[in-house]
Amino acid sequence: MTAEVRFEAIHHRFGNFTALHKVDLTIAAGEFIVLLGPSGCGKTTLLSILGGFVTPTEGKVIINGKDMTHVPPRGRPTTTMFQDYALFPHMTLLDNVGFGLRMRGVGKSERRTRAQEMLEMVGLGDKASRRPHELSGGQRQRVALARALAVSPDVLLLDEPLGALDMKLRRQMQDELKAIQRRVGTTFVHVTHDQEEAMAVADRIVVMNQGRIEHCGSPEDVYLRPASLFSANFMGEMNRIPVTANGQNAQSPFGPIAMTMTGREGVLCIRPENIGFSGDVSLGPARLVESGFFGTHHRCHFEPLAAEGTRIVAHLPQGSQPGIGQNVELFATNAVILRDEVAA
Amino acid sequence: MRILSWAYLVLIFVFILLPVVALVVFSFQDGRLPVPPLKGFTLKWYAEVIADRDLMAALWNSFIVAFGSSAVALVLGFLAASGLARVALPGSVVMRGVLIAPMTVSYLIIGLGLLQIFNKLGLRPSLLATGIGHVVINLPLCFSIIYAAMGEHQRNALRAARDLGAREWQVLALVSAPMLAPALAASFFLSVTFSWDEFIIAFLLTRFDITLPVEIWSMLRSGLSPKTNAIGSLVFLVSVAIVVTLELTLFRKPRP
Repeated sequence: MTAEVRFEAIHHRFGNFTALHKVDLTIAAGEFIVLLGPSGCGKTTLLSILGGFVTPTEGKVIINGKDMTHVPPRGRPTTTMFQDYALFPHMTLLDNVGFGLRMRGVGKSERRTRAQEMLEMVGLGDKASRRPHELSGGQRQRVALARALAVSPDVLLLDEPLGALDMKLRRQMQDELKAIQRRVGTTFVHVTHDQEEAMAVADRIVVMNQGRIEHCGSPEDVYLRPASLFSANFMGEMNRIPVTANGQNAQSPFGPIAMTMTGREGVLCIRPENIGFSGDVSLGPARLVESGFFGTHHRCHFEPLAAEGTRIVAHLPQGSQPGIGQNVELFATNAVILRDEVAA
Repeated sequence: MRILSWAYLVLIFVFILLPVVALVVFSFQDGRLPVPPLKGFTLKWYAEVIADRDLMAALWNSFIVAFGSSAVALVLGFLAASGLARVALPGSVVMRGVLIAPMTVSYLIIGLGLLQIFNKLGLRPSLLATGIGHVVINLPLCFSIIYAAMGEHQRNALRAARDLGAREWQVLALVSAPMLAPALAASFFLSVTFSWDEFIIAFLLTRFDITLPVEIWSMLRSGLSPKTNAIGSLVFLVSVAIVVTLELTLFRKPRP
């Protein structure tokens, strides 16, 4: 069971505060999409609008070709996995998972069989008669997932589902979510503020900021070819070097950069791991000022010889780090020049 | 210091419990007056109480009024709390205030007011009128206990139930009420005990069928007797039984 979702010019205000500015977004059937952004960016509001908990001030929500804007949650082919799991404490796991089926009038034996299957799927088949308070956080998480999927929704909404879990468990759950999504084929709409989590699970990431969509694309797209300075920064650490136009090319504080740019001013963005001793864009000679070993890489601070005071952070592979004070030629890959939003 | 604090503890208990102990002890008095000295031990007053038709009728009336009015107060309080917890209306604060307001008014004033209104409406003083009066005093209690027990956790569970397709009455009956079971039981049994020994409203609003406190009051008019001690002890026993049962069942392990 899966369905396409379309948001058409969704505008939402809370009193004087505009939470969403005319958002348009189409989610393909069976897609795993992640709404990513800092708190207050409107991602949770958009999810609540899709689930039917909030009616947008303007605009339409279309699920499977039908206008669902004013349909309450129980009339929608969506279910939600809530941030705090929202399990029913007075029911066994089997009754929790079977609740949605019970509300749909499914008979007791069929309901129990299906709920048991769903519990098996999330690896809790042997705990069917337990109650939620007997479980660990990660296990409750799985029950919430099983409960939401038991009614075979067309679209599953996940509201920061992994926020309360520790790092290791979170990674594991990310893999499981992805695997389960592939298996059931349901459209997943996942909200998070953790960019690593977004990249780990998403087919497509929607980066949101202040009620608008900043960038929408595959994880590689969003990470390596960001469309705006905001999404470039939000997706991870970034070297930002102000550049100005010099004819067709860009001019940085430490010399010309072999890249074309539009507009008069911009920001050259290069991820630390995309700087090294070879690449397609030369950054000129630089001196290593400081470095530290982080296990997976050496984190090195370089100072270009042509522009003292400017710092470039590079993550170099293990064992490839020059001595402090040494001069090297630096190159970059996957560099992009973006418009400076603050100046614009 | 240690001895002093123990002495203090003992004094407190004596102060709180002495009247009750005296009541129970002298209900076994083998004599006409429930005052010292204790002349002997007899159960004849209890036998008289049980044989007294009026007293037994009053006991039964009290029972009906207490459980009936508490059930109504519980349902109304639960629905009011559910509604006010779910949506933030412009007048929510005022509505909550008005709901709780009767708690601050004395029973005498409430009783007088009801007496006048019932007169206008043509509702004669009766057990029904008394029951309505007890709903008036117990609804604020039920509402505030239940409302206080509803938290964010509860709200999210209700959202989840709606999301999974529950109708509003199913949300209330299958998720909200079971999750609030301890608060519901607490407010119900507190209402029962308040209604059980309420005198002023019952005195003003009953005439032919009267409740137990009113019956005891009319017995006292003909002077002290170990019989009134006996009926008092029985009432006390019922209250103790309710409290102990609650202690052993609902309040024993607070749910996480």
